[in-house]
Amino acid sequence: MKFVHIFLIVSIFLSSNFLKADDVKTENKIAKNLRCLICQGQSVYDSDSEFAISLKLVIKNKIQQGMSEEQIYSFVKIKYGEWILYEPEFNKNTYFLWLLPILMFIFGGAIIFKLFIIKKN
Amino acid sequence: MKFKVIPLILISIFFLIFVIFFKGLKNSNIYTPNTNLEKKVPSFELKSFENNNIISEKIFKNNKYYLMNIWASWCIPCREEHEFLMELNKNQKIELIGFNYKDNFKNASSFLKDLGNPYDLIVLDKDGTSSIDWGAYGVPESFLIYQNNIIKTFIGPISNDDLLEIQKIIK
Repeated sequence: MKFVHIFLIVSIFLSSNFLKADDVKTENKIAKNLRCLICQGQSVYDSDSEFAISLKLVIKNKIQQGMSEEQIYSFVKIKYGEWILYEPEFNKNTYFLWLLPILMFIFGGAIIFKLFIIKKN
Repeated sequence: MKFKVIPLILISIFFLIFVIFFKGLKNSNIYTPNTNLEKKVPSFELKSFENNNIISEKIFKNNKYYLMNIWASWCIPCREEHEFLMELNKNQKIELIGFNYKDNFKNASSFLKDLGNPYDLIVLDKDGTSSIDWGAYGVPESFLIYQNNIIKTFIGPISNDDLLEIQKIIK
């Protein structure tokens, strides 16, 4: 009986540790996807400025409160604007940015197809 | 016909890219934060300098202008702006709220002792998390508030021009 108790306690302790490790992972992932607004070319994760330290703490607290990754991104977006997110959103200002590589890929493919494959046949 | 269409498309694509980059040359690459992002005052519960619990709803309730100034004793530009805050404190139409950022009590008190205390109320943000709710970048930073709305944000120390602008707004 004693053994079962100890086993239960140890397993609970270990499982909570796993959860914690997951939290730290998401915390770091979010911090890496946010731009440190007062630094040059650094993410929040990389920076040790007061701003970044506070923001990392906020992210940690929000995760503990049970907020999802998306919710945290939208929270910081409301507070600091879209610039803080490294990945630009898909909206009317960024249609061209997102679609140009696809367009170039299609055009390039069409040119290759026309020049080489049709010619060969 | 086949040979004419492809170069034409290629040239037009390169021309388009050229136009985009050429226009991009003239854009400023200095990032200026958008200071009109969120208008409402965020709610918070913080300790005051006298160790009382302060809720934001109680601070900004009067029909008055408020200037919430983020400061710290370790912040050098805060010393520069201090004289302007002292000047602003003479105006009865505005209340100054100090937002003590990541500071220790002893240093903050001696800072106010040396330079004077312009604040009607000081709240403490020990770990800086509350400043993120305000969308603040660091110290010093000031928010002009009227009827629970942030009407203007001053990033960096308050200058003489900022002081004149605030006085003009609250007139």
